[in-house]
Amino acid sequence: MRKLFTVLGVLVALHLILLLVEPAGASKVATGEGVDVGIVFDVGGRGDKSFNDGAFIGAERAQRELGARVRFIEPGEGSDREAGLRLLAAEGMDLVIGVGFIFTDDLALLAREYPNVKFAGVDYAVALDSAGNAIQPPSNLVALKFREEQGSFLVGALAALVGKSKKLGFVGGMDIPLIHKFEAGYRAGATAVCPDCTVIAQYAGATPEAFKNPGRGQELALSQYQQGVNVIFHASGSTGLGVFEAARRQRRLAIGVDADQYSEAPGYILTSMVKGVDQAVYGAIEDVRAQRFEGGIRQLGLAEEGVNFIDDANNRSLIPDSVRTRIEALRQDIIAGKIVVPATR
Amino acid sequence: MATDRAPAVSPPGIPRWLQPLLPPLTALLIAAVVGDLLILTFGQSPREVFRLLIEGTWGNAYGLGQVLYKATTLICTGLAVALGIRAGMFNIGAEGQLALGGFAAAAIGLLLPAGTPALVAIPVCVAAACAGGSAGAAVPGVLKARFGASEVIVTIMMNFIIAALLNWAVATQLNVAESLHTPEIHAGAVPRLAAVSALFSGSAANFTILFALGAAVFTGWWLFRTRAGYELRAAGLQPDAAEYGGIRVGSVWLRTMLLSGALAGLGGVNYVLGYKQYYEEGFAAGAGYLGIAVALVGRNHPAGVVISALLFATLSQGALAVNALVPKQMVDVLTAIVIIAVATAVPEVERLLRAVRGKTA
Repeated sequence: MRKLFTVLGVLVALHLILLLVEPAGASKVATGEGVDVGIVFDVGGRGDKSFNDGAFIGAERAQRELGARVRFIEPGEGSDREAGLRLLAAEGMDLVIGVGFIFTDDLALLAREYPNVKFAGVDYAVALDSAGNAIQPPSNLVALKFREEQGSFLVGALAALVGKSKKLGFVGGMDIPLIHKFEAGYRAGATAVCPDCTVIAQYAGATPEAFKNPGRGQELALSQYQQGVNVIFHASGSTGLGVFEAARRQRRLAIGVDADQYSEAPGYILTSMVKGVDQAVYGAIEDVRAQRFEGGIRQLGLAEEGVNFIDDANNRSLIPDSVRTRIEALRQDIIAGKIVVPATR
Repeated sequence: MATDRAPAVSPPGIPRWLQPLLPPLTALLIAAVVGDLLILTFGQSPREVFRLLIEGTWGNAYGLGQVLYKATTLICTGLAVALGIRAGMFNIGAEGQLALGGFAAAAIGLLLPAGTPALVAIPVCVAAACAGGSAGAAVPGVLKARFGASEVIVTIMMNFIIAALLNWAVATQLNVAESLHTPEIHAGAVPRLAAVSALFSGSAANFTILFALGAAVFTGWWLFRTRAGYELRAAGLQPDAAEYGGIRVGSVWLRTMLLSGALAGLGGVNYVLGYKQYYEEGFAAGAGYLGIAVALVGRNHPAGVVISALLFATLSQGALAVNALVPKQMVDVLTAIVIIAVATAVPEVERLLRAVRGKTA
């Protein structure tokens, strides 16, 4: 028995001593001048190499360049999304950002509850009223939306010009309007430069699992390559890894999505259609700092650098200069409004 | 497995009430010391982190509400696992049963016409949640009772099947555009605690916690005060002897599995009826698996389950509060250390206590 009490005593003493240790670099919760920004990621979001990481990169840049103080919260379960946003709002942050459409309801609720805090929702899902008009978010909430169809248009044109085939491939994840946007833009871009080209579009499934099914992605891609397709654009999350595997095996090309996916299959990735989540987050923080924040729906397209495609040292050799000039001309036409890219099929 | 009887003879010098508290206390102290060291490796002050953790949970009504909210689900899944273990079964399917329960409550809430009186709608939805959970547990229950299939494997596999099925149902049958959830239920909403005390405003805590506590009382009564409970424990301690003693172990297993599933399914009402009024994919992801830890730390006793559910809920909510100083993963590690410490320290301390008892007897 004495042994037990000795152990207990030692543990208590150890705990008390450790509580007194005050490491030199220990930070208190920051307060003071400057913009305070809070970001809540999605459950399990950090490390996705795409959306959530993009927001992180944008916030880090704001930390560096704008002197913003940023706090990150990673929720552990669904109810933590609201709790995380609320925690940050209650602390009086200047700007609270929720990353992903799943934050839509929670952001709208909290923006009404905390009218003095500004909110931003990346990919915020704007609801439609019965007449089909967009319901505006509260005035202290900005919905950061991306014109994925515009970026997809450019990679569609690129695929048609580089692919040397009248058939182009598209692999979507879940068969939903959000992904149809990618397909519609891609198709429009391809036919803009090659009117008799056709796009074979297939979806991996009807459930969210369709975004996590590389096996299915490979299957679809292999069958498309066998039908004479030379370039496949995927908008399918990690299902796309299967598309890349098929490209590698068939020695054809694939186009990545959301982030630069060149490293997934070097040499076989023609380009990636990227969403500028980092830019959007940085921009929102900058707006708050410069006191020009405005609520409402912000559509980020080519003009705002909200979407783009990768053209750097890795894949430069895959894109001939004549094609590059042509694509840049298309980009200018879209920015100038001379080409209107459809967002629905 | 835990013993329920208080020791016949108290070791000298230790008050009787303290004895059952010593083992978990030791485990928590170990976890606290390891936690200190972890925090120091992140270059933060342990005092500051623990202060934030307590302030953000039990320090104000909102934090407390969040703890109660999270505990509600964990009590249900913890009870589900504990009941199974008492019968000698490892129900790892609480995760899927919980989701199925939540979905069933939402589906029935959608079927009921708007304006159904709460006194009718709530019991119907709660019953649906229990039935949903039971349905998920029926498959492993039947396979175990009839063919002796390992419930561990079947319940794990059922988790995948249920998840896929519900994903499909929400994606194709009941979806709201650009979301992962069903429409809002028409009837069956349970009021939040904020409705009676503004102190709790903003917190997700709601009156479904009464159902969870009721379930704990029921489980205690069922286990220790009924014939069925006696059979259940006998089947758990020594199935062959129980069979020889005239207990039909197969049907006990099936019955227990159904009840266990119902308890897990009940957890779904917390989110669906009490918080959001819709079923959302992954609404309580992980709560089913955490239920295993809750049952273990709670010594498979209903009262212990309630206490340990509160502990894990505190850690989960605290993780948000300390996220400013240390990454969330640190609290995940701390949670794991609590579980390991309980698993190792508790039997050891009990052995010591028994040894002392033996000497004085």
